[in-house]
Amino acid sequence: MKHLRPVIGATALALGLAGAAIAQEPLKVGFVYVGPVGDFGWSYEHDQGRLAVEEHFGDAVETSFVESVPEGADAERVMTQMALSGHDLIFTTSFGYMDPTINVAAKFPDVKFEHATGYKRADNVSTYSARFYEGRAVIGTIAGRMTETNKIGYIASFPIPEVIRGINSAYLHARKVNPDVEFRIVWVYTWFDPAKEADAANALIEQGVDVIMQHTDSPAAMTIAEERGIMAFGQASDMLQFGPTARLSSIIDDWAPYYIDRVQAVMDGSWESTDTWDGIAPGMVAIGAFSDRVPAEVQAEAQAITDAIVAGDYHPFTGPVNRQDGSVWLAEGEVADDGVLLGMDFYVEGIEGEIPN
Amino acid sequence: MPRLEKRPRPSLAWAMAAPVLAVVATMIAGGLLFAALGKPPIGAIRTIFWEPLFSEFAWYYRPQLLIKAAPLVLIAIGLSLGFRAGVWNIGAEGQYIIGAIFGAGVALAFYPADFWFIFPLMILAAVAGGILWAMIPALLRVRFGTNEILVSLMLVYVAEHILSSVSFGLLRNPEGHGFPGSRNLQHYPPASNPELWAGTGIHWGVIAAVIAVIAAYILLNRHILGYQIRLIGQAPRAARFAGVRPNLLIIACMGISGGLAGVAGLFEVSGPMGQISVDFNQGLGFTAIIVAFLGRLHPGGILLAGFLLALTSVGGEIAQSSLGLPAASIKAFQGMLLFFILATDMLSNYRIRTGGRGAA
Repeated sequence: MKHLRPVIGATALALGLAGAAIAQEPLKVGFVYVGPVGDFGWSYEHDQGRLAVEEHFGDAVETSFVESVPEGADAERVMTQMALSGHDLIFTTSFGYMDPTINVAAKFPDVKFEHATGYKRADNVSTYSARFYEGRAVIGTIAGRMTETNKIGYIASFPIPEVIRGINSAYLHARKVNPDVEFRIVWVYTWFDPAKEADAANALIEQGVDVIMQHTDSPAAMTIAEERGIMAFGQASDMLQFGPTARLSSIIDDWAPYYIDRVQAVMDGSWESTDTWDGIAPGMVAIGAFSDRVPAEVQAEAQAITDAIVAGDYHPFTGPVNRQDGSVWLAEGEVADDGVLLGMDFYVEGIEGEIPN
Repeated sequence: MPRLEKRPRPSLAWAMAAPVLAVVATMIAGGLLFAALGKPPIGAIRTIFWEPLFSEFAWYYRPQLLIKAAPLVLIAIGLSLGFRAGVWNIGAEGQYIIGAIFGAGVALAFYPADFWFIFPLMILAAVAGGILWAMIPALLRVRFGTNEILVSLMLVYVAEHILSSVSFGLLRNPEGHGFPGSRNLQHYPPASNPELWAGTGIHWGVIAAVIAVIAAYILLNRHILGYQIRLIGQAPRAARFAGVRPNLLIIACMGISGGLAGVAGLFEVSGPMGQISVDFNQGLGFTAIIVAFLGRLHPGGILLAGFLLALTSVGGEIAQSSLGLPAASIKAFQGMLLFFILATDMLSNYRIRTGGRGAA
């Protein structure tokens, strides 16, 4: 592939120059999705961000996307194809696209890449992710207040720091308002498999759980919660239509503000390789409207946490917090630093069970 | 009332014309589908079939067709031998996974040493892994008469769980920031399977696929094992009298298909894919079943079928990005292709008669 580089580089350069010569030409923005845009979860919300970019910039941009792209050679080919066909900015929206993004970016130095949830960057590769754990603090509080059996179910995807962080944040805030609360965690080892997610939801309900949270992408658990008359939260997207009664609130990924910002930066020529980890305050994480089922005082309590996080007065991981083994993690008033959060591989005190390996 | 009449012997002319007819029928039906989605039908068909081969960027796409087709052909060749003999290995996906794990495991055990024998050893380990996984359904069938379709299929799910386990544990990259997945073998030259000549897309897996096609052709036409495979498929009773030992044949067919699937997994994990990860397998082992039948279980046919599937996949991605076609419509398009091939296949064995003989 070494010899290929100058050829592709020259082609990309020629295309870039052609783009600069005709100022009116729209900026081409590409999106690579790991799931179908109709998953009503992760890929769906990224596509909502793409549509927001189109709406915001109108004729000044031209967007395209390829959905359900497997990792590896297929992802690399789709990205290369986008770069060859004159895209100026490409968003690759899954962790597994990390190495392919870096490989393709090295061959197209004039094309900007944005990789979601990874940690490898380059001069033309930025990374971005959201502080979903801030949202978990809010819905954890609601769950702790609403549960009657004191058992909360959690459908977890993979034991990676991102997911473990979410469990810890939700648990800490549920326990804060309800010391008797217990978490039942099921690992399904998939991001998107409606059948497995539904099985997990049913298994949790058999164990006496009456509130379900999930860190997977399909609305299957919400549908089961609705059928069996328990409560649940929307994940990634609002999911109201799947659980009109069951849904209490939701954590919504809102990529639109970030995508609009980055497209603007390319247009202005001010784009730089950055590492973004935004939460509720800049609008990357949004809390869906509270259901009428949630009593006013609980709504107020959840809203107060949201407001404190937005104002910067409150961090969901503020001491005292112990690790599961009882050792001190955060002393009184101490706030977790991002480095530890990014590599989080332990449960906090009170959660039962082990993180699978 | 038109009816079907079996030909005394398959028509060679129709056997040649059928695939062409199927592709044309797929283009028409696919065009209607795309038109119904509000996309330009001719433009979409042209993008899928023409762009990867002859567009401005064909110099990039042509090698990609080799990369995409190689594992499919390699696995399908192995499967076709068993399918001819009535040995139904549906679990190539699992053998592909285990082969990749064995091969990558050898590489990671040596990391970061630099010996010339690492890559050959990985190949041996991958073949052994694939055979081992295929021997479970083979021996269970020979010994206890279990159904190899079910056992090999269920072992795919077992293999997926093993894959997930090693991605998080045994083979996890210690410098991977806690994320699942192994080291990237593309960055470890002694274990890497790179493009051998720049810009051609040819890696060891492509070469292995070509060798497998030739070897299968010779085996089927010149070798006693190939003769037995064809015989037991066509006339099981006659095969017994001819001294074919069915159990040995089952083990041989399962072993060959498992070994080829395993080595295909190795060439992918050390080359285009780069690493063991939770989503390493992408259904190639199942797609290869389609490739085997699309190629009529004939080595040359499988080679062409592998290319056709690679072409529609690569062209389909281009159509998604440039025309906004949904991914599902491309899958439907590929499904139509298989449907029409199987449908037109009938024409070589049957002829259509209009008007009943009795009425005449």
